[in-house]
Amino acid sequence: MRRITMTVNGREITCEVEERLLLVQFLRETLKLTGTHVGCDTSQCGVCVVHVDGQSIKSCSMLAVQADGRSVTTIEGLMKDGEMHPMQAAFHDQHGLQCGFCTPGMVMSAIDLLQKNPDPTEQEIREWLEGNLCRCTGYHNIVKAVRQAATAISRQGEART
Amino acid sequence: MYNFTYSNPEMLSDAEHLLGTGESPTLLAGGQTLLPTLKLRLAQHSSLVDLGRIVALKGIVAEGSCLRIGAMTTHWEVASSATVAAAIPALSQLAGMIGDPQVRHRGTIGGSVANNDPSADYPAGCLGLGATIHTNRRDISADDFFVGMFETALENGEIITALSFPVPEVATYVKYPNPASRYALVGVMVSKGVSGIRVAVTGAGNAGVFRDTAIEAALQKNFVADAVPESGVSEDTLMSDMHAAADYRKHLIAVMARRAVAAATS
Repeated sequence: MRRITMTVNGREITCEVEERLLLVQFLRETLKLTGTHVGCDTSQCGVCVVHVDGQSIKSCSMLAVQADGRSVTTIEGLMKDGEMHPMQAAFHDQHGLQCGFCTPGMVMSAIDLLQKNPDPTEQEIREWLEGNLCRCTGYHNIVKAVRQAATAISRQGEART
Repeated sequence: MYNFTYSNPEMLSDAEHLLGTGESPTLLAGGQTLLPTLKLRLAQHSSLVDLGRIVALKGIVAEGSCLRIGAMTTHWEVASSATVAAAIPALSQLAGMIGDPQVRHRGTIGGSVANNDPSADYPAGCLGLGATIHTNRRDISADDFFVGMFETALENGEIITALSFPVPEVATYVKYPNPASRYALVGVMVSKGVSGIRVAVTGAGNAGVFRDTAIEAALQKNFVADAVPESGVSEDTLMSDMHAAADYRKHLIAVMARRAVAAATS
């Protein structure tokens, strides 16, 4: 067992964990943050994507002990003042989901895309999402949602300046 | 996953010591192959020595006619580095084609090279550019480093610290990715530089990455796409599986090499 401390969605958490515990298991089973899903368990499907120090990663392929001292954001950490994150709102508006299983990973991955490339083309969005599999929608509305969020976030930025 | 003990030292000397302790210790770099392997119980280790906190193993430096990349530099860092793009754009391109963005955020160049997966991109990058692999004990040329499938010249207790790439005159990496895994079905790095023409092939050989000497000889005479002949290797030495038969892989080697030369000379 090893004692780890990390910030999860802005809250500092200290826990004793088994060395082999995956970050996704720590989030879901220890912290009960079940918004992050487990799909393929072989780092291909992307439903377990969370941010570690702002960078999107697959939490099924990282140990909880590797996140010691770092800051983790999950889908539960996106809402601010009772308002959905613009990416969540855009997925809702554009119906960028059917069953919703892939959605948390899609949203976390897409937010990271906009951090790195605030105005991506449709092609760039599709390429970025290659590590996030959706078995329902055919990606069409997901791509539309990411475009809508890009516009919404850049407007927010303009409004602030 | 079977349990193990875990350490994440800040000093390379501590990692060396820990790697010599216990029954079956191993190094953890980006973990994008090791952790899935452990989860499937295809491997079992008494301890994992995580190199993630050793600052000396990270970073990208252009040193004259050479590019030096720390072993723990991620694929994402290589793909988005202005220094790499200026010195060897083919290497940025190669790193940007590995897996998907989330895998690139974690996976490292040292981990990829040490694993020597027969379908991984970096072995072709190293062999095709004539890289040198630096370890805590010695410098190994890429020609001597890649020994066989998942097999390298690394000895017990040896740790890759950095890789050096001589800056070529021109170089291009072209791969035909497996549509599901994004691993190379066939990937070819072609370079022209001080050490002549190098053509390295990944994804095809059943002993891992190799140089295609027939294509190299033809390009040595005339460095144009039309001069690329059929691959000189025997089909018996190529992988054949549900994704592609050996003869198809052999065909793809020449096609990828032609595309690489065409891009390098355009």
